[in-house]
Amino acid sequence: MKLLVCISQTPDTTAKVSFNADGTEFNAAGVQFIMNPYDEWYALVRACELREALGGAVVALNVGPASNETTIRKALAIGADEAVRINAEPKSAAYTAKQIAEYARNEKFDIIFLGKETIDYNGSEVGAMVAEYLDLPYISYASKLDLNGNVATLERDIEGGVEVLEVDLPFVVSAAKGMAEQRIPNMRGIMTARTKPLKEVQPVSFDEPVKAVRFTLPPAKAGVKLVEPDNMDELVRLLHEEAKVI
Amino acid sequence: MVLVFAESPRGNLKKAAFEAVTYGKKVAELLGTDCVALTLGTVKDAAELGRYGASRVLNAGDASFEKFDSQSHAAAIADVAKNNGASVVITSHTSTGKAVAGRLAIRLNAGLVSGVNSLPSVEGGALRLKKSVFSGKAIAEYEINSPVKIISLMGNAVKPEATGNPVSVENISVSTGAGRIRVKDVKTQEGRVPLPEAEIVVSAGRGMKGPEHWGIVEELAEILGATTACSRPVADSHWRPHHEHVGQTGIAIRPNLYIAIGISGAIQHLAGVNNSKVIVVVNKDPEAPFFKAADYGVVGDLFEVVPRLNEAFKKFKASN
Ligand SMILES: Cc1cc2nc3c(=O)[nH]c(=O)nc-3n(C[C@H](O)[C@H](O)[C@H](O)COP(=O)(O)OP(=O)(O)OC[C@H]3O[C@@H](n4cnc5c(N)ncnc54)[C@H](O)[C@@H]3O)c2cc1C
Repeated sequence: MKLLVCISQTPDTTAKVSFNADGTEFNAAGVQFIMNPYDEWYALVRACELREALGGAVVALNVGPASNETTIRKALAIGADEAVRINAEPKSAAYTAKQIAEYARNEKFDIIFLGKETIDYNGSEVGAMVAEYLDLPYISYASKLDLNGNVATLERDIEGGVEVLEVDLPFVVSAAKGMAEQRIPNMRGIMTARTKPLKEVQPVSFDEPVKAVRFTLPPAKAGVKLVEPDNMDELVRLLHEEAKVI
Repeated sequence: MVLVFAESPRGNLKKAAFEAVTYGKKVAELLGTDCVALTLGTVKDAAELGRYGASRVLNAGDASFEKFDSQSHAAAIADVAKNNGASVVITSHTSTGKAVAGRLAIRLNAGLVSGVNSLPSVEGGALRLKKSVFSGKAIAEYEINSPVKIISLMGNAVKPEATGNPVSVENISVSTGAGRIRVKDVKTQEGRVPLPEAEIVVSAGRGMKGPEHWGIVEELAEILGATTACSRPVADSHWRPHHEHVGQTGIAIRPNLYIAIGISGAIQHLAGVNNSKVIVVVNKDPEAPFFKAADYGVVGDLFEVVPRLNEAFKKFKASN
């Protein structure tokens, strides 16, 4: 079993989001960075569980600068066997997908895992792009993944329910809540992570079809209008006449 | 022309498809071209898409499309886009659209902006599009410069407008057989509007004290025709099913009305709901952070407030 888990690094969920003066760049000063939760909690842990049950190796892959190595070591501490860092700023989903696909093309992974989306750019684009580059099936938002020989059975979150499906190896899957339970790295994991291989790979060039023009903050709310708890008729009136939502 | 992939889960066009065609029609107007809708598989009432602005409706009726596979869907949509010289391809930002849009970008050598929430501006040959990023904490504007452009449209971002007339559906054939996924079963909850599509959402948190108290929340949802949601610890404790979990690590939603009951309003919760048009918060703690993000607030015990609110809504519904 050869499993690839694509991990991305995102600002912590409590991070205060701000940008430089002309709105062209995220202001990273004072921001703590974490492994994207879907990548860590679900994709990585499920890959480790499959490796524990079936043997083989889990490779954690990050497209990012050397400063991402703390996050990559955490993936090794949770259970990945080795790691690869493609040495480039992950400028866009399309750029990142291209790098991942070029690396994975010759490595013959059985399953390529990603999280369902990143919590910073919220694109949910990379998995589908990687699958298309490699001409592989893609199962997005999978909340369950079981393997029986060469055949995987998955459940995929759809609007208001789940779809149950089967697919043969190899394929690309994006992981959602339910696929596994979050694992806290233990002391032994943290120690062995230091000596596990972390390879650096150089990026391939790519013409960006999309560029970010500007980031802004959403307009602030006008402030809450409080309604007395014994006057719910008034709340209903406000929702009807003022907010016009009922 | 602008090509809109109008998705039809289990043969039915839903709100997402009508929104996408309404949006596609407006994009086509901006570009001085036509909006053409594409449906895959056997689709009920596909002609209706004309009413939302499609000047033509194309249907590739091969039965294999009725089981979803992003590979076969993307191959078919890309074929139609190429054969008709589409300059813009639009999908919905749904479980279907998200799986297809990225593939289309690669197949058509096109730039993609996903989860767009407003109309583009045209800058020469480029399109500028806005979307919500950092889980609702910021807005990004992107520019697509490639000759073909792909847009996936966020749910509830535009209102479907049925101002035109039905058009007759043209049957076309496209390449099939690209798919390798075998769909075995689809399990959906009947009756309720799925969370990402819901216009009113009634959501409750740990302030409910236990799953046995959810009757008042269910009743409120019933009265308003709303969909129920919950905070993460509520789903984690299995008080409610995990598909109700909204927030940064749950589903992100943007309903017209979000009613939050006994939820503190942690930053990770707000990240999934702060794009709601109007937020009402019921919480006994006047210092709860959620009040800062709310439009209307009630400081009080939910076990008293919610039953009163239900009576007030019932009275309102009876007289309106
Ligand atoms: C990485 C990460 C990701 C996360 N992702 C999410 C996410 O996606 N979604 C999410 O929701 N959370 C998420 N969380 C958890 C989040 O930080 C909060 O812990 C959670 O939202 C709190 O849930 P709650 O508001 O239901 O409970 P609490 O914080 O316990 O709040 C309960 C509220 O109910 C009120 N209350 C109690 N009794 C009553 C009563 N009788 N009447 C009226 N009000 C009452 C209290 O005043 C309190 O404000 C995440 C956390 C982390 C670390």
